[in-house]
Amino acid sequence: MEYFVQQLINGLTLGSIYGLIAIGYTMVYGIIGMINFAHGDIFMLGGFAALILFLILTSVFVGLPVVLLLLVMMAAAMLTASLWNWTIEKLAYRPLRGSFRLAPLITAIGMSITLSNFIQVTQGPRNKPIPPLVSSVYNVFGISVSLKQILIMILTVSLLAIFWYVVNKTALGRAQRATEQDRKMAALLGIDVDRTISITFVMGAALAAVAGTMYLMYYGVIVFTDGFVPGVKAFTAAVLGGIGSLPGAVIGGLLIGLIESLWSAYFTIDYKDVATFSILAIVLIFKPSGILGRPEVEKV
Amino acid sequence: MAAGANLMNNDPILKVEHLSMRFGGLMAINDLSFEARRGDITALIGPNGAGKTTVFNCITGFYKPTMGMISMTQQSGKKFLLERMPDFEITRDAKVARTFQNIRMFSGLTVLENLLVAQHNMLMRASGYTILGLFGYSGYRRAKEQSIEIAKHWLEKADLIERADDPAGDLPYGAQRRLEIARAMCTGPEFLCLDEPAAGLNPRESQALNELLRSIRKDTGTSILLIEHDMSVVMGISDHVIVLEYGQKISDGTPDEVKNDPKVIAAYLGVEDEEVEEVIEQIVEIETKQGGQI
Repeated sequence: MEYFVQQLINGLTLGSIYGLIAIGYTMVYGIIGMINFAHGDIFMLGGFAALILFLILTSVFVGLPVVLLLLVMMAAAMLTASLWNWTIEKLAYRPLRGSFRLAPLITAIGMSITLSNFIQVTQGPRNKPIPPLVSSVYNVFGISVSLKQILIMILTVSLLAIFWYVVNKTALGRAQRATEQDRKMAALLGIDVDRTISITFVMGAALAAVAGTMYLMYYGVIVFTDGFVPGVKAFTAAVLGGIGSLPGAVIGGLLIGLIESLWSAYFTIDYKDVATFSILAIVLIFKPSGILGRPEVEKV
Repeated sequence: MAAGANLMNNDPILKVEHLSMRFGGLMAINDLSFEARRGDITALIGPNGAGKTTVFNCITGFYKPTMGMISMTQQSGKKFLLERMPDFEITRDAKVARTFQNIRMFSGLTVLENLLVAQHNMLMRASGYTILGLFGYSGYRRAKEQSIEIAKHWLEKADLIERADDPAGDLPYGAQRRLEIARAMCTGPEFLCLDEPAAGLNPRESQALNELLRSIRKDTGTSILLIEHDMSVVMGISDHVIVLEYGQKISDGTPDEVKNDPKVIAAYLGVEDEEVEEVIEQIVEIETKQGGQI
């Protein structure tokens, strides 16, 4: 039992990270119907930005409080990743918006390769380690919960609350939802659709950067290929939860995290990805729109 | 006289000059010029395929015209060349709003949200582009209350106040039509383009629509350009009628003038029954003279 709860907590932590990345996929898909395959690499880039800032800060200001250090790292990661995603959208995706559906998809894959190669060239191909920043571990009824895990979950929940509020209660979120439903009509009501789409990319990248920072902190190492597997898993999470749905992305993320850690705990760790994607396949067969996705009903 | 000073009440608000729109080999609009006067309800009529909706699409930035100029003069005297502006600026800056022949609601948003989306720019500025708004900045709260007031005002006018929190897609057809007009009015337009607002309405609903349009003009001074097939609406409320056929203007004047214009009768209403036989006889004569067969 204790073992099970332990795995549950590990799974939820991992799932939080997947969920945060998945939000970026789902928001971009919602607003322009495109899958931004470079999103996973934006997540990795966020992690690298945090790492670089950590190295600078710790060498310039020795003995900086950990909380402050983490906050600055996160802010820098969010800023860098947002800037990159904003630029990518503007340069690579916007000119193709009126084009056929596959064009932006292929471009996105191209951007993904570009980003990971850029990091490989500039940062080197080796694993980059970071010393443990937060190492306290609490023992509750025989279950060990690390402070890192608690931090990750609290951060995820609070970011989700902020994002839920922005999307559902503010003028910006309303404009995003309107653009999602009918881009032309939104423009005719005076909404700057291009800017709204840019903001969506920036928001998604900021969340991915937070996830990247947490990933770096949790595993203590990052490498240029780290955008791929977590990116694909987060994409799976978005599809599993129902692509286009914000709570769906989070639920999908948590589910993927749980499946992965429970499978590794009770079966063989080598097949954990197979398990994840098999469950995705099964869900898609029986509920193609995902867990919370709305099926598209065509009125005749 | 200085530009922009002393604008008469009846000066043109919208001036379309030598407008042409070509789609490949098809000339949808051919050298069309007309004016809509400030405070008037101007109707654009004509048989199907005459190019009425294309004119609307050029005015609201959906299409870039092949040739010609569309200028809009605001109450303040400020002038905008609509054919050069991107679509969202036409609404935001030039203050032109439009509705569609086939209703385009944000059906997943509530009725109230549909009206708030239309006030997006004002709310974004007031909320410091969302950031100040998140921290509960008081100016934003005031702007938010004000936008809800405006929305409520139009909901009452359109008789939809009880449905404010329902998804817009759940409203019956006639109510969606009124909501679309209310939403266009929430953008604070000076010039409102309505594409067949009475299409699919029953006589009672089109009466209610007439009332709504009249009260819009009376209370807000908004000028209206209207495409309509329902002659009871056209003749009942418009001050000025423009008739199009094959992308060209064939008549322009008050409803009475247009109604009695022989060209309009021939093109739009068709020839009368007795005349049809005469026409057939003439054709038969011509063809036999040429030695052809019928």
